[in-house]
Amino acid sequence: MIKSPSARQELDRVTILFCGDSGDGMQLTGTQFTATSALFGNDVSTFPDYPSEIRAPAGSLAGVSAFQVAFSSSPIHTPGDRPDALVAMNPAALKVHLPRLKEKGILIANRDAFKKSNLKKAGYGENPLEDPEVAGRFRLHAVPITQLTVDALADVDLDSKGKRRCKNFFALGLAYWLYGRPLEPTLDWIDEKFAKAPAVAKANRRALQTGYNYGEIEQSFAVNYMVESAPTEAGTYRIISGNEAAALGFATAARLADKPLIYSSYPITPATDVLHELAKLKHLDVRTIQYEDEIAAIGSTVGAAFGGAFAMTGTSGPGVCLKSEAINLAIMMELPLVILNVQRGGPSTGLPTKTEQSDLLQAFFGRNGESPIPILAAAGPADCFDVAIEAFRIAVRHMTPVFMLSDGYIANGAEPWRIPDFDDLERIEVTHPTDPATFQPYLREEDTLARPWAIPGTPQLEHRLGGLEKYDGIGIVSYDPHNHQRMCELRAEKVACIADFVDGAAPDGPTEGDLLVLSWGGTFGAVHSAVHRLQEKDKAVAHVHLRFLNPFPGNLGEVLSNYEKVLIPELNLGQLALLIRARYLIDAVSYTKVEGRPFTISELEEKIEELL
Amino acid sequence: MTDDVGPVDGCLADLQATRSEAGRVAASVASPSQVDDAKLDGKLTRRDFVSGQAARWCPGCGNYAILAQVQQTLPKLGIPRENFVVISGIGCSGRFPYYMNTYALHSLHGRAPTLATGLKCARPDLQIWVVTGDGDSLAIGGNHFLHVLRRNVDVNILLFNNRIYGLTKGQYSPTSELGKRTKSSPQGSIENPVNPIGVAIGAEASFIARTVDVFQKHMSEVLLRAAKHTGASLVEIAQNCVIFNNGAWKPLTDPDGRLENVLYLEHGKPMRFGKKQEKGIRLNGLKPEVVNVDDVEEKEILVHDERADEPTLAYLLSRMGPPDFPTPVGVFRAVDKPIYDRELMGQIRDAEEKTPAEMNALYRRGQTWDVK
Repeated sequence: MIKSPSARQELDRVTILFCGDSGDGMQLTGTQFTATSALFGNDVSTFPDYPSEIRAPAGSLAGVSAFQVAFSSSPIHTPGDRPDALVAMNPAALKVHLPRLKEKGILIANRDAFKKSNLKKAGYGENPLEDPEVAGRFRLHAVPITQLTVDALADVDLDSKGKRRCKNFFALGLAYWLYGRPLEPTLDWIDEKFAKAPAVAKANRRALQTGYNYGEIEQSFAVNYMVESAPTEAGTYRIISGNEAAALGFATAARLADKPLIYSSYPITPATDVLHELAKLKHLDVRTIQYEDEIAAIGSTVGAAFGGAFAMTGTSGPGVCLKSEAINLAIMMELPLVILNVQRGGPSTGLPTKTEQSDLLQAFFGRNGESPIPILAAAGPADCFDVAIEAFRIAVRHMTPVFMLSDGYIANGAEPWRIPDFDDLERIEVTHPTDPATFQPYLREEDTLARPWAIPGTPQLEHRLGGLEKYDGIGIVSYDPHNHQRMCELRAEKVACIADFVDGAAPDGPTEGDLLVLSWGGTFGAVHSAVHRLQEKDKAVAHVHLRFLNPFPGNLGEVLSNYEKVLIPELNLGQLALLIRARYLIDAVSYTKVEGRPFTISELEEKIEELL
Repeated sequence: MTDDVGPVDGCLADLQATRSEAGRVAASVASPSQVDDAKLDGKLTRRDFVSGQAARWCPGCGNYAILAQVQQTLPKLGIPRENFVVISGIGCSGRFPYYMNTYALHSLHGRAPTLATGLKCARPDLQIWVVTGDGDSLAIGGNHFLHVLRRNVDVNILLFNNRIYGLTKGQYSPTSELGKRTKSSPQGSIENPVNPIGVAIGAEASFIARTVDVFQKHMSEVLLRAAKHTGASLVEIAQNCVIFNNGAWKPLTDPDGRLENVLYLEHGKPMRFGKKQEKGIRLNGLKPEVVNVDDVEEKEILVHDERADEPTLAYLLSRMGPPDFPTPVGVFRAVDKPIYDRELMGQIRDAEEKTPAEMNALYRRGQTWDVK
């Protein structure tokens, strides 16, 4: 019986979650779905979620890999609190992610994977696909994805394992049909990616088409959905993840100053991709060096900065621990460099692939002595580009190492990025002194208190830098008590006066009133969305999101004083809250979460309403 | 520095006043180089490398002799003074940079090779000297020591081996002999030592040499060779610590015993030593042994080969020392291997030739779409 044409329903926004065993291709499926949706014109936001093991036992709960993407016809800032649709390729994936699926949500499961052995590994006694409760709560489609894929590839020259591996494209094709996405972008991508393996390309194309057709033909898929394109500012766009954006930003910063970029690093989750991306940019005189450990990486960065290059290192929390001594050396030497910390769950090895923002106090205080350092934090994937450039601008203008904080969520998450024109970006001015008559290694600029960046190879400016305390101005080793007092104060003042060069805080919402939500880092999307939802319901709540953590914006104290209450939501146990309370003597309310996952918009809404 | 600068109350205006005070002090400590260069015809001498800061090592410390030799040697290299950078770690050797009138970094314990590598990769045009000690390079710095040699970064490493921790007042070091009694090993050290030459061979170093703090002429020759070698050059300098390990290298430094106890290595020459060069080294299977030259055929005496592909000979030499053998000094090994900073810049240049440095094209890699 021929299926009557499906009803078409229009939606404003959808969140879909693809999940399966690591090796089922869920990351690829999710990335493709995202790219296609973006090309189609939706605003998108992603949340890849994968295990830290390279290969957990097949079918195990530990091995579940997932990709969540939200796509919408209006601007969105998060990948969604809970999925509207769940595509589960095996029982373990269903076990982990089903609790988050919305009531009456669409559930597509690969029936062929729900065999006894897999069910057992997932901790299921009975097959959930045969559970009337599951069928009752959700719109369940138990699809024989593996079998249908293998059948469709009968005449393709691949072994059976290779054919089964194409099942993720079936799932993708079905999802495309379900949400009215075009196949062409993925078909083109397959041809390009598998140009050297035509049988694989053919198989993947066929699987994609078959999945799509299945939705078209199968009776149970009575409705499909359309999410129209979102209004966006004119320009050229691409999808970008936080780590990709950071890499481009650092390379851009160096180009804006006509300097080589020296990136010294050691692989660590979730920062390693920055090394990989920068390693591709040799044609821009980006020199990446993979060192024997984190300490070598920061040592190298200090040496390269002394030489006059744009020097930096990238790591995560445990790496920052190792680098603390040499960061302090850079603070004493007053050399410009950038340290990127892509934060992850801690403490210690913690949760390498889960997100958190619990390294703020480490950035402030994780060194011996009085060691002030500027700290910036990116608010989202695309923002990593701008913050990366700003970090170097601050480093060279103020002659100081600078911390840039990112986190696993925004580093791996992706969103559309309006591509800038390089020629419109502000140059980064760098001057190296040459005149021996006026040169002293620690003679400071009036406005920034920065010392001169005199680099080796410059005649007559020979001088020594080191970790011992120096006499201000002439820069020779000094244990003089008054000098040490003065130098500690100068180093602190140098960082504090960066606030003079930075925009003040401008609240989003009423400039005074009942409640201000103060946030920082990767929580921007969820907080912004929650605040706006409540503003739309005429609630008097405003939002300030900090890009500068040290120094705080110059007017922050004043801004905070204009509100009855200040709520500080963060993915740690109250680190910014501690700093704000101490510095501004206000009774800020701390709202914390350390689950290794981002805030949902609804939990923030709830907390805000509680305080209003 | 004197205490003639008054206290600061935190006000910036006060800082101005004290800065100008410091400026007055600075003007009175004129850098010697600014005066000398005006007089010379452009050729560098030892004085150009003297910083004018009074050295604070103990009287009789081996460091003085080494400093003097380095200050003699650098002018001979034909490199402008501003292109030298000296990088030290922590220890008595760590003070070295302050007495050199070059760009210099007094860095962290064990980490000088890392700053040197980063600096060399940023500025391949500079000539970099790493000054380290037995503790700095083989204890805390062991990891970085291994890798800077393995990578063959074009830097010169001077390892001052006094077999003790001097700056912290007399603990044993990774090169101290088993049983050494010190403040931290009152019953004698229970640790087997390593020797820097052997470790360097294991690290695949391309230039390995040893000299002695009191061998002025020999040190000069070895330093020159190290400087001229492209790649990582390691020079172990056997050094005396007058206060905490006096006589650490007595068999080599004692004028009476020197000829008996030192084997001067020279590429292509037979290994002979002794007051009248009457003794030689011969291989018995894989074991070296000392023989009287008259008792054996000439061809049995080992001939030194710095450039052997395999480091086997160098390794055998690295094991030699009292009581049964003389201590070899000179260049153990000098071979050519790919040099890290050159390979790195080669890849950069290749990439620059293939792809124009176009940022807008880079931003647009992959799939893009336009919104009108």
